[in-house]
Amino acid sequence: MFEESLAEGRSFLHQLDPRVKVVVAFSYAIIVALSSHLLSLIWAGLFVGFLFVLAQLEPRRVLRQVLVANYFILLLVIVLPFTYPGKVLYSVGPLSLTKEGAIYALHIFLKSNLILTCLVLLLSTSSVFTIAHALHHLHVSEKLVQLIFFSFRYVHVIHREYQKLMAAIKLRGFVPRTNLHTYKTYAYLVSSLLIKSYDRSERVYKAMLCRGFKGVFPTYKHFKMQRKDKLFALGAAFYLIFLILWAF
Amino acid sequence: MEIIRLKDIQFAYPGRSPLFRALSFSFSAGERIGIMGPNGAGKTTLLQLMVGLLKPQAGEVIIFGRPRRDENDFYEVRRRIGLLFQDPDDQLFCPTVEEEIAFGLLNLGIPRKQLPGLIKEVLSLVGLEGFEKRVTYKLSGGEKRLVALASVLAMRPEVLLLDEPTGDLDPKNTERLVNILNRLSLSYIVVSHDKNFLEKVTSSILWFENERFLPLNAVHR
Ligand SMILES: Nc1ncnc2c1ncn2[C@@H]1O[C@H](COP(=O)(O)OP(=O)(O)O)[C@@H](O)[C@H]1O
Ligand SMILES: [Mg+2]
Repeated sequence: MFEESLAEGRSFLHQLDPRVKVVVAFSYAIIVALSSHLLSLIWAGLFVGFLFVLAQLEPRRVLRQVLVANYFILLLVIVLPFTYPGKVLYSVGPLSLTKEGAIYALHIFLKSNLILTCLVLLLSTSSVFTIAHALHHLHVSEKLVQLIFFSFRYVHVIHREYQKLMAAIKLRGFVPRTNLHTYKTYAYLVSSLLIKSYDRSERVYKAMLCRGFKGVFPTYKHFKMQRKDKLFALGAAFYLIFLILWAF
Repeated sequence: MEIIRLKDIQFAYPGRSPLFRALSFSFSAGERIGIMGPNGAGKTTLLQLMVGLLKPQAGEVIIFGRPRRDENDFYEVRRRIGLLFQDPDDQLFCPTVEEEIAFGLLNLGIPRKQLPGLIKEVLSLVGLEGFEKRVTYKLSGGEKRLVALASVLAMRPEVLLLDEPTGDLDPKNTERLVNILNRLSLSYIVVSHDKNFLEKVTSSILWFENERFLPLNAVHR
């Protein structure tokens, strides 16, 4: 998730002040997560559509990022309708599907996808480095910012190492099957992946120390709120208040 | 003037048998030395000990005349001794070349106003004029290497430590690096397997094996 190349671009959203993006993204996420009316989710969806227009990214590339997270959500959405107490709609053997459970699952599915899409659109249109710096400005604790920054570096690094290892395995004629050899190979792959990534992130950290890193991420292009940033922030604030009114 | 002095260094990676038991080494201002040696001899480890990225279990690291032990001691050392990593991918982590170079300068507290000029200057020093806006992870291996070098040079170190800098350079870029190093008025230590390259940029070459440094021509290879 959060592919680095999405950060390249010259669209309105790419150039928007990252502090505004962070604040709007998190407020949106909280409001949508807590909202209790399905109708308010339609209004919430409108905002995501609007962001798509502003980001000028290929929708396919954005949705691909969101899709990954859906593997986890899907599990929840399948299990919930059968385990949630309520009016039984349908039973198969010992399992019974409840109306409340189904609605709840639908809520979760819609909310998480709205939030994720909004986060991807707002946050991955800036580099991780810029977001880290914006968090500093918003007085988020230094330790937390470092944690976030390094986990993101980590994810990319792990992904890159994975691709390299996978290529190496395939070059030696590996074909996945359902046998012990396959499982063993995957186990080796995962363990060497973890070790390699750990080593690399340690070297990246060392290289940062060599250039005088003391825990803060200074950015070269200092953010300056411009008129368009203020206008967007104002518009978003009105919209979010409107959303709150609908949501509760 | 002696800049780096390692005295009876003992070092082992966690859970491994000691790599160095009593290593000693000295480096003075004005020197330009090359270090060759077999893989795994501990060349990278040696350079990292000098700037405190690794700490010895025993022995002394004396830099610029003062014994250095903790992170605070080494903060000043790292500003004055620049280390170019073996793999440029470890060193580059900012989205664009200009931000990469600015990172070190901002950490030093240099005012933002002066940065564009300094960045331009150091890029032209390494022959990458106009690379400011380029995306770092899309550069070629050779260009990455030169950007990493620029980001180190921008901090105006007094000494450079280069860890296998020709690893991913083609002959043309190697020649470029030779010219850059010869133009600098810096002391440096270069680790490399390329004897030809070392002969062009250093005044003496040492062979490092089993914790000992011998003049290369004394070891017939
Ligand atoms: N992070 C580490 N953890 C454990 N062992 C290491 C680590 N880094 C290097 N080594 C080991 O220490 C020895 C010296 O490594 P290194 O200094 O990289 O050698 P060189 O640069 O001369 O090839 C090697 O045997 C290597 O396997
Ligand atoms: Mg090495």
